[in-house]
Amino acid sequence: MKALDNLRYAAGSATGHLLRTGLLMLAMSIGVAAVVILTALGDGARRYVIEEFSAIGTNLVIVLPGRSETGGLNPANLITSTPRDLTVDDANSLLRVPGVKRIAPLIIGTTEVNAGGKLREAMMIGTNEDFMHVRQMKLSLGRFLTRDNIGHGSAEVVLGALIREELFGTANPLGKTVRVGDRRLRVVGVLSQGGRGMGMTTDELLIIPVATAQAMLDSNTLFRILVEARSREQIEEVKSGVLKQITQRHDGEEDVTVITQDAVLETFDKILNVLTLGVAGIAAISLAVAGILVMNVMLVSVTQRTAEIGLLKALGATADSVRQLFITEAVLLSVTGGMLGTALGYAGAALLRQIYPAFPAYPPVWAVLAGLGTAIVSGLVFGVMPARRAAELDPITALSKR
Amino acid sequence: MQDDAASLISLHGLERTFYLGDSKVQALRNVDLHISPSEYIAVMGPSGSGKSTLLNMIGLLDRPDAGTYLLEGRDVTTLKPDEQAKVRSERIGFIFQSFHLIPRLTAAANIELPLVLAGVPAAERARRVKQALQEYGLTDRAHHLPNQLSGGQRQRVAIARATILRPAVLLADEPTGNLDRATGEEVVRLLEALNAQGMTLIVVTHDQALGARARRQLRMEDGRIVSDASDVGDVSAAATGSSG
Ligand SMILES: Nc1ncnc2c1ncn2[C@@H]1O[C@H](COP(=O)(O)OP(=O)(O)OP(=O)(O)O)[C@@H](O)[C@H]1O
Ligand SMILES: [Mg+2]
Repeated sequence: MKALDNLRYAAGSATGHLLRTGLLMLAMSIGVAAVVILTALGDGARRYVIEEFSAIGTNLVIVLPGRSETGGLNPANLITSTPRDLTVDDANSLLRVPGVKRIAPLIIGTTEVNAGGKLREAMMIGTNEDFMHVRQMKLSLGRFLTRDNIGHGSAEVVLGALIREELFGTANPLGKTVRVGDRRLRVVGVLSQGGRGMGMTTDELLIIPVATAQAMLDSNTLFRILVEARSREQIEEVKSGVLKQITQRHDGEEDVTVITQDAVLETFDKILNVLTLGVAGIAAISLAVAGILVMNVMLVSVTQRTAEIGLLKALGATADSVRQLFITEAVLLSVTGGMLGTALGYAGAALLRQIYPAFPAYPPVWAVLAGLGTAIVSGLVFGVMPARRAAELDPITALSKR
Repeated sequence: MQDDAASLISLHGLERTFYLGDSKVQALRNVDLHISPSEYIAVMGPSGSGKSTLLNMIGLLDRPDAGTYLLEGRDVTTLKPDEQAKVRSERIGFIFQSFHLIPRLTAAANIELPLVLAGVPAAERARRVKQALQEYGLTDRAHHLPNQLSGGQRQRVAIARATILRPAVLLADEPTGNLDRATGEEVVRLLEALNAQGMTLIVVTHDQALGARARRQLRMEDGRIVSDASDVGDVSAAATGSSG
């Protein structure tokens, strides 16, 4: 029997038994599509979180006041348990640590902002000119804070996009004065809309010089120091250097915690990988169910067609040609079903992205391959196995089976 | 045995036993039979006497438990399955009471099937199928599915399919069993015409009148051939098959 005839017969058999073929396609496509969509969800969640964190800035080392529990026992801690303030001088000293590119001190508070009779609450960040680069922010108008060499703090403010809109509408706010708390500050710039990071939007922020903020909040201690390393490779070096420097300045007391963004990302990545695996587990179950469906449809259909096998043998077909016919048909059905399922899955994931544009629901390649593989293998195994057995029967035994 | 050399088919001590749970049915008991080329044989006998089993043996659809079967002087019972398939393809045509057409294939495609399985090139196949359709008056039914055909037409498709590779032996198991008398006659005349062209024809039938048309009649009872009668003297030399 020629290969082309083999293919034509198998294709005819697949299209000639519409109910069986339809059931098989249904089982396979649901199984594969479930895998594709579910893993797209899981992996999408993982990507979403990573993207959120990456938006904070790159190569970041973060210093926070207070010792973390994992710091080990330090005799100094036994003597004095109140952590020293994390000061602007501490922050500036970090510029001398090898590998450090920029630093941005950070102090945070809520305040009222008021212009032209309009009043609202806002989050205020006190920082320096480098904050914009460290956090990779963009401006839509004007400039960012300028270098404050004396450390007195100038009366300047950069507005978040939403604050600007609420206070000034479409009018140009540059050079105008706003009242922040008990101070009058001059607007020097406006942030671009849609800045994100750590789930917080920058649209409702006020950014002012750190010295100004410290005076307003009447506080010396910083909330954070953001340190940017020169490269990814230098992050660890910078981390230990920063810790050493601050400990030295704090009379040998290790009263700060230094974390890297990498560590945070890694932890989340681990958690989310587990999530993806969990989702993949669900997907695997749906695939197993699909596999069982495929198995049953195949088993029933081959049993129904034992008579056909008998007839083919009576007409002179060898066991080999019979096997080949059934293998070809199983391949055709499995591959088509698998493809259909993959297409359906991708369409479903695309629909998800359409509905939630912020959510990167892309199915991972391994999941697609695993789904396709399982569907095709189960289709092949359960299509071919019984057909092989039927092909071994004496023609009359096969022929008289109904 | 000089018999074997001259015979198309020689059966010696053929046995076939079926087991159904505890019960044992001897469908063929020590069957000896010699058939010459171009004979026309009717096999008759009561239901369950082993007629179909005998025909299936000759058609290599079933294998005996004991005995030998020589086809054209060659022992075919010991052949490997693939070699048997080749013999079925080239030397034997089988016609069933229930036609056994593949429902999703058209009349033409059903007739073409043995050629496809034998690996005959497409152009050659088309030519032979067209000719067969003409010979059996099925040209205008070529693209009809079996369920769009009458019983007689279906059996004609089946006969065309069985003979498309010009087999030496044509085996028909109650070919008119599902047909009315007139259509049955028509089918039998087709078979007889093929026999007249030299094809050995063996027909299993319950119909006395049909059986009487054959030149040689075998009667089976309980797995044995109990009578073997020839109407015409000139084939009696070959008709020495003993009753068991
Ligand atoms: N596959 C089988 N399994 C068990 N017993 C069988 C099988 N095939 C045939 N038999 C038995 O063997 C005996 C002969 O059967 P066979 O079909 O040859 O009879 P037959 O002469 O063709 O009968 P009918 O005229 O009814 O077709 C019967 O008793 C039948 O029940
Ligand atoms: Mg019978």
